[in-house]
Amino acid sequence: MNLKIKSLVVSLSLGVSGLIGFKAVAQEQIKIGVSVPSADHGWTGGIDFFAQQTKKRLEAAYKNLQVVVVTATNASDQANTLEDLVAAQQIKALVILPYESAPLTEPVRQVKKKGVFVTVVDRALTDPNIQDLYVAGDNPGMGKIAAKYFADRLGGKGNIVVLRGLPTVIDNQRFDAFMDGIKGTQIKVLDSKYANWNRDDGFKVMQDFLTRFPHIDAVWAQDDDIALGVLDALRQAHREKEMFVVGGGGMKQIVKRVEDKDTLVPVDIIYSPSMIAVAIEVTALHFVAQLPVNGHYILDSPLVTPDNAAQYYFPNSPF
Amino acid sequence: MNSTESIEPTAQSHRIDAARIGALARDFGPLIALILLAILGWVLNPSFGSWTNITNVLTRSAITGIISVGATFVIVSGEIDLSVGAMVALIASLMIIIVNQVAESTGNLMLAVAAGLAAGLIIGLFTGLINGILVTKGKIDSFIVTLGTMGIFRSLVIFVANGGTLTLNSDVREAFRPIYYDAWLSVPIPVWVLALVAVSGAIVLAKTRFGRYCRAVGSNADVAFYSAIRVDRIRLVAFVVQGFCVALATILYVPRLGSASSGTAVGGELEAITAVVVGGTALRGGYGRVWGSIAGALILTLIGNILDLTSIISVYLNGAVQGLIILGAALLQRGSRKR
Repeated sequence: MNLKIKSLVVSLSLGVSGLIGFKAVAQEQIKIGVSVPSADHGWTGGIDFFAQQTKKRLEAAYKNLQVVVVTATNASDQANTLEDLVAAQQIKALVILPYESAPLTEPVRQVKKKGVFVTVVDRALTDPNIQDLYVAGDNPGMGKIAAKYFADRLGGKGNIVVLRGLPTVIDNQRFDAFMDGIKGTQIKVLDSKYANWNRDDGFKVMQDFLTRFPHIDAVWAQDDDIALGVLDALRQAHREKEMFVVGGGGMKQIVKRVEDKDTLVPVDIIYSPSMIAVAIEVTALHFVAQLPVNGHYILDSPLVTPDNAAQYYFPNSPF
Repeated sequence: MNSTESIEPTAQSHRIDAARIGALARDFGPLIALILLAILGWVLNPSFGSWTNITNVLTRSAITGIISVGATFVIVSGEIDLSVGAMVALIASLMIIIVNQVAESTGNLMLAVAAGLAAGLIIGLFTGLINGILVTKGKIDSFIVTLGTMGIFRSLVIFVANGGTLTLNSDVREAFRPIYYDAWLSVPIPVWVLALVAVSGAIVLAKTRFGRYCRAVGSNADVAFYSAIRVDRIRLVAFVVQGFCVALATILYVPRLGSASSGTAVGGELEAITAVVVGGTALRGGYGRVWGSIAGALILTLIGNILDLTSIISVYLNGAVQGLIILGAALLQRGSRKR
């Protein structure tokens, strides 16, 4: 009797707790941690902008979803923020744009070991087995598409100069693909120098190229910040009519000029910081819709022309 | 006795010769390095000597050169200012915001440019004053003070630019542009400003009481203090002079590209300090010369210019070439100021 009552109470309480438990599952809070570099130049500024924008959109759309965006100033700082995200925030998923590939591979592996869903953006880790999802732009594609445009536009021959970024893997991929792409044509690269993805250096290097080469048909700046510096150098030397300039990235000023049919800036090639938004959205989809999303998402680097420029123009973005 | 007398004159004349060469290298080391570098540039590419290239190099040097004149005063007084690069970025950002605002609200472009110039100078003097007050009243080492303000200025830029890039509106940009791009007697305006700052800086440092006191304070602050020099006042003014020079440089910088971001003038402080030291000013203070700093700034610009004009050296080695030339210029005057 006593026992019966006891078992009844137990089973009742089990049932109730089961119900509560079920309820908890249905409304379980899902936290997605987003770890990105702080805005140290235009492109990373865009990354932060799109991350914040996606956070707002997702949190409004899904009541049980929470997105925590943290920025880091260097690789070791970023490793520390990962620890905080796991320990203090208890995230279910991590979307990370690593500052540097090698130093962050181990810290991200530790996060993965805690059962967290890992999405890597843009810069790949040295061990690709850690990530569940990889979202990136197409750096070799940027070079390839630029090369094709130059070959078509110049009719397979001409003198060009190239302004490179910083000596990194990303820059090498773009540059090598470009050089590969113009192989077999009579396009001659007069010289290539680093302009450090920086307007001031783009201006200086282009001034010196203009001093050095009396005739240039086109400039591949491969980055919109560098391209803006180049444009000012051309204007100063009154040589705007002689050549055209192709940048890259999809900065709003440049996309606007393409849209306005500026002959000096006929096209741009997208390498948009909005890739972070894609990464966060797809990661969220894995939780809210329980879709299998694992895999590689390589976003194309499309050519922006006056016809399609409108869809790549984000006037509110800081980039 | 006799024998020593006969030896002495030769030994002395020998010593005088060595001293003379040492003095010559000390006095003109940066100039010699500059001339050698110019000859090298001309040999490697004759277009180096074109008027366009010469004015390009001089105009580019104006910004670092003007900042390094201020840095000469700070360093001669025995202090250091690491915040100047971030200060350029901060002044440039605030100038752009103010110029755009005034242009939009009044529609008067000239008024907007004038407001920008005034704001630039005021902010420069003010930031220099903050550094100076923290060093003198706060009694904190200038290395730490300016390391702190460097971080503050830089992150204020990120904050006001919302992590992106601030750009002058195109109409007001056109009104502002001549300050960098126009020329008077076919010499660009920034070069005139540089010349003016250099000459007045040289006169102030060498001929005025303030200049003499700077050297005294940098040489030995205690002795200067007991000689009734207001040591703190001299240091404070040196930082304000630096702020003023940075403001002038920024006024020339803004119209060039019409934009500023957190990446603006990164490492500008090291460039200025390098120019000053290559120019022969003692990093520990007490001795310095303004024309040397200008020569140092020109050397730094020339290195980059020559590397751009040739392709005999792998671009991967640019940094090494820069380092070697800086060390070479410093070696030319190694005999100076042994203490």
